[in-house]
Amino acid sequence: MHELSIALNLLDIASDEAKRLGIDRVEAIHIKLGPLSGVVKPALIAAFEIAREHSSLPESRLVVQNVQIVVYCEPCQAEQTVESIQSLVCPVCSTPSNQIVAGRELEITALEIEE
Amino acid sequence: MKTQTRLVEVRTKILKQNDVLARELRQRFHDHGVTVISLVSSPGAGKTALLEDLLARLSVSYKVAALVGDLATDNDAKRLARAKVPTKQIITGTVCHLEADMVAEALEDWHTDELDFLFIENVGNLVCPATWDLGEELRLVLFSVTEGEDKPLKYPTIFNTADVAVITKTDLAEAVEFDQQAAHRSLQSVRPGIETLQVSAKTGAGMQELVQRLSRLR
Repeated sequence: MHELSIALNLLDIASDEAKRLGIDRVEAIHIKLGPLSGVVKPALIAAFEIAREHSSLPESRLVVQNVQIVVYCEPCQAEQTVESIQSLVCPVCSTPSNQIVAGRELEITALEIEE
Repeated sequence: MKTQTRLVEVRTKILKQNDVLARELRQRFHDHGVTVISLVSSPGAGKTALLEDLLARLSVSYKVAALVGDLATDNDAKRLARAKVPTKQIITGTVCHLEADMVAEALEDWHTDELDFLFIENVGNLVCPATWDLGEELRLVLFSVTEGEDKPLKYPTIFNTADVAVITKTDLAEAVEFDQQAAHRSLQSVRPGIETLQVSAKTGAGMQELVQRLSRLR
């Protein structure tokens, strides 16, 4: 259960960013999560609920944007979205590719604040 | 009145701290001329047995050392010390994986510039270690013939992060009717192009090939 450690990291970074930007209250923390990040979304949300109560951003929600796995396909010379984490093949020409363009994301993208 | 909200863009990796430290470690290992290899697998896949044999073989020609992570006990470090090379146990407590700061801390009183190879045995776990970069040059993922050919399909993320797959306990392959081709298919499916070696630490089969493969990194 490494999601708690991730949730704590996430809240720390968001708190620092909020402080830096002079924001007192953050309504929501927006993150991008890729299937190859090794982080499980429901576990992260559950961990976040526990972690936020003891953080300096107790009122903030977590908004997770799922990212799909995208690989670069040599034969197609194009970026292609793969259909399954269990099969990293180009959906067009079926060539396997490990040139991962997207899918490892584990990052904060935005803080949502009241106007 | 409904309040309006707006988004303030922030682009920060959640594991930025670990990533920065891992990058520093990688640079330090490079500057010190030490090749750092990490091992990940499920518990009981044979990391310690493999490493015990590997350390003994490599120490003939190289200066080698090992760090080993576990939630509790220093049993593994004691086993590895039988190879007569420096070893240190990292006890993670409740943490299910190693992080870059644990590696940095364990190495504080070690002279890595005097080493040729440093092995880092991660906590036996096919989930959490995938997310943390430890500054290693090569990540080996082990899976034993007794675990089933579809192990990579069940834990795709960690297999995808690995550079080389090592199938262990091949002395038991026949007894468990291990299907080598099916295992290769699963591996290639989650990590296209991954190099695969097969070993038995018990009989020594394939160990020389592994030693040769790692020696090429020097």
